[in-house]
Amino acid sequence: MCGICGCGQPGNAVTIRKIDLKKVNLKKVTPLGAVAPLYHDDHDHHHDHAPTANQVPGKTVLQIEQDILGKNNLLAERNRGFFEAKNILALNLVSSPGSGKTALLERTLADLKNEIPCYVIEGDQQTSNDADRIAATGAEVVQINTGKGCHLEADMVNEAMRQLKPTDGSLLFIENVGNLVCPAMFDLGEGARVVIISVTEGDDKPLKYPDMFHSSQLCIINKIDLLPYVNFSVEKAKEYARRVSHITEFIEVSATTGTGMEKWYAWLKKRRNA
Amino acid sequence: MHELSIIASIVEIAEAEVEKAGAQRVESIELEIGELAGIEFSALDFAWEVGVSQSVLEGAERHIHRIGGEARCSECENIFDMQALYDPCPKCGSYFSEIIKGKELSVKALTVT
Repeated sequence: MCGICGCGQPGNAVTIRKIDLKKVNLKKVTPLGAVAPLYHDDHDHHHDHAPTANQVPGKTVLQIEQDILGKNNLLAERNRGFFEAKNILALNLVSSPGSGKTALLERTLADLKNEIPCYVIEGDQQTSNDADRIAATGAEVVQINTGKGCHLEADMVNEAMRQLKPTDGSLLFIENVGNLVCPAMFDLGEGARVVIISVTEGDDKPLKYPDMFHSSQLCIINKIDLLPYVNFSVEKAKEYARRVSHITEFIEVSATTGTGMEKWYAWLKKRRNA
Repeated sequence: MHELSIIASIVEIAEAEVEKAGAQRVESIELEIGELAGIEFSALDFAWEVGVSQSVLEGAERHIHRIGGEARCSECENIFDMQALYDPCPKCGSYFSEIIKGKELSVKALTVT
């Protein structure tokens, strides 16, 4: 069955492809400074087979106690193991559409790529527009198109990594589908989750979308160059986010002007060496 | 609407269990879903019929055990009901707490025929 709309057609929505850098016009950006019973081998201890709890003629009740997200979580742990073994810092970047995730990445890649090998996985429902923007910085990038899907899942990241082949010690940015709701539930195996909000949104976003803030370790407040023109209180946004998660750190930046980016880079380097 | 992909995962689990048990279809399914698990119950309802059509779950009775959120205050250790992730401790007002119930999301049991 199609997992997107349940239409009975095979799910054909997700496509994953690497951008060929030879076919990209490079842009000059000036740098600023089966889850449940895992194994059931033949073995000695005897019990009434498997999860059967009681039998009514013709009916069997199976007490299975299976985590619905179990398959995704197992795959996420596999990804995590791969990242750890290769000393890769993988970040899951989540936000609503238009908060400036891609702009933040473009700036980051331009500034860091000569220092640290960087790779990017782009998640969008359609188009490779974002991957093309990333490729223009010279970074290796894979675009995942989720079709009608509203979030990335661990298996998509796993497949994307097979194409991307990130090197040891690199930074891997996974730009999730712009959506503050659905991606919260799906672990991708990342080392840290980074939620990005921009000052052109409401400062009560953390209360409106608490799941996402609850599961993030860093909150980047973007577009601070626009603060004089909008009714957004950075302090309020932080206070609301702290109500939801007391472990979240905050960094205020403008990806366009470069303000505050050095703090973000310092955070990345600290995490990378942690 | 991630509820549809949650339903797709439930279908996957059910199909595997039905096959393992050599059964034909599922008569009823019991789910356990915490109120802080990130599932919108009305969206789950809305998507269910479409999500399970042409699967072993088509027509199956669905029972959902909803589990209310519960948290332990990190400051005063008070255990309290949590409706939203930003609920403060009603005793000391602190927002520092640890969720102890309400994140459940599992298939508890299937009755197959």
